[in-house]
Amino acid sequence: MNCTEFLAKLTDYFDGQIDPALLAEVKQHLGTCHHCEVVVDTTRKTIDVYRGAETYELPEELSNRLRAAVMERCRISGKLPDIAVKTTK
Amino acid sequence: MEVQSSPIVDQPLELLAETVVAEPPAEIHPDVALVERAKAGDTAAFEQLVRQYDRQIFRTAQHITQNREDAEDITQDVFFKAFQKLNQFQGNSKFSTWLVRIAVNESLMRLRKRKTSKTVSMDQDVETAEGSIPRDFAEWRPNPEQNYSQSELAEILRKTIAGLPPGFRTVFTLRDIENLSTEETAEALGLSVPAVKSRLLRARLQLRERLSRYFRQNKEASK
Ligand SMILES: [Zn+2]
Repeated sequence: MNCTEFLAKLTDYFDGQIDPALLAEVKQHLGTCHHCEVVVDTTRKTIDVYRGAETYELPEELSNRLRAAVMERCRISGKLPDIAVKTTK
Repeated sequence: MEVQSSPIVDQPLELLAETVVAEPPAEIHPDVALVERAKAGDTAAFEQLVRQYDRQIFRTAQHITQNREDAEDITQDVFFKAFQKLNQFQGNSKFSTWLVRIAVNESLMRLRKRKTSKTVSMDQDVETAEGSIPRDFAEWRPNPEQNYSQSELAEILRKTIAGLPPGFRTVFTLRDIENLSTEETAEALGLSVPAVKSRLLRARLQLRERLSRYFRQNKEASK
């Protein structure tokens, strides 16, 4: 297995969806190719750092405001039972 | 495997019902009860679902659109649409996955609207193959994220993912940030499983390449 073939299997390798025979080849390549070892390591860190970070936070205040707006729209649309609300049209 | 007797059409309805009941009980997600209550008109139950998933929907929308106001509007629209279509939710997928799917549709629609001349197509991005071949083989510092404050790190991550083509960052968002399976991602985007895999590979490699500038060892990290 060369680097290009290794890369082609990278997604399956990460996702653990790789058959045992191929996995052995992948591991063998990793054991002998420092470049691919670095790529695997840093790609994994890339995923981890994105997973662990609050890249886009929703502040409490905005969350409350959005939720209130959603519930108001739902109420006005008139499906929920507690829509005794008389909407001014 | 032995095939069980007569075709379904021949069976009386009672028997069919029994067959359904006899199936092994599937693991029941707590959302199922909330959704059922919401369907029956319980506002508090629906509001609880909004509370649970507004962060995820907002995050997904902002990752895809890269625009905060759009993300706010989309978050509202997603839950309102979900409310209107609640009866269409059959529980074949997780409720959160169903919401994410609506969010993806809304987000892609906004993107298309904003780019008036050029339509955003999920297929288009495939052509930009550059960045799929690793060039940077520098090792990273251990726990490189600890060299930055939370807000600095968030800024780096935002800038980095913003540079990816929409199709790539959408796949990365669904698969790696929101933890959808490859199949769920494919379904949400109307792509084949191999297409999702190839985009995911490129997205991951391009992000890795860009982040390497900040996280590599033996070099002053640029800001
Ligand atoms: Zn290699």
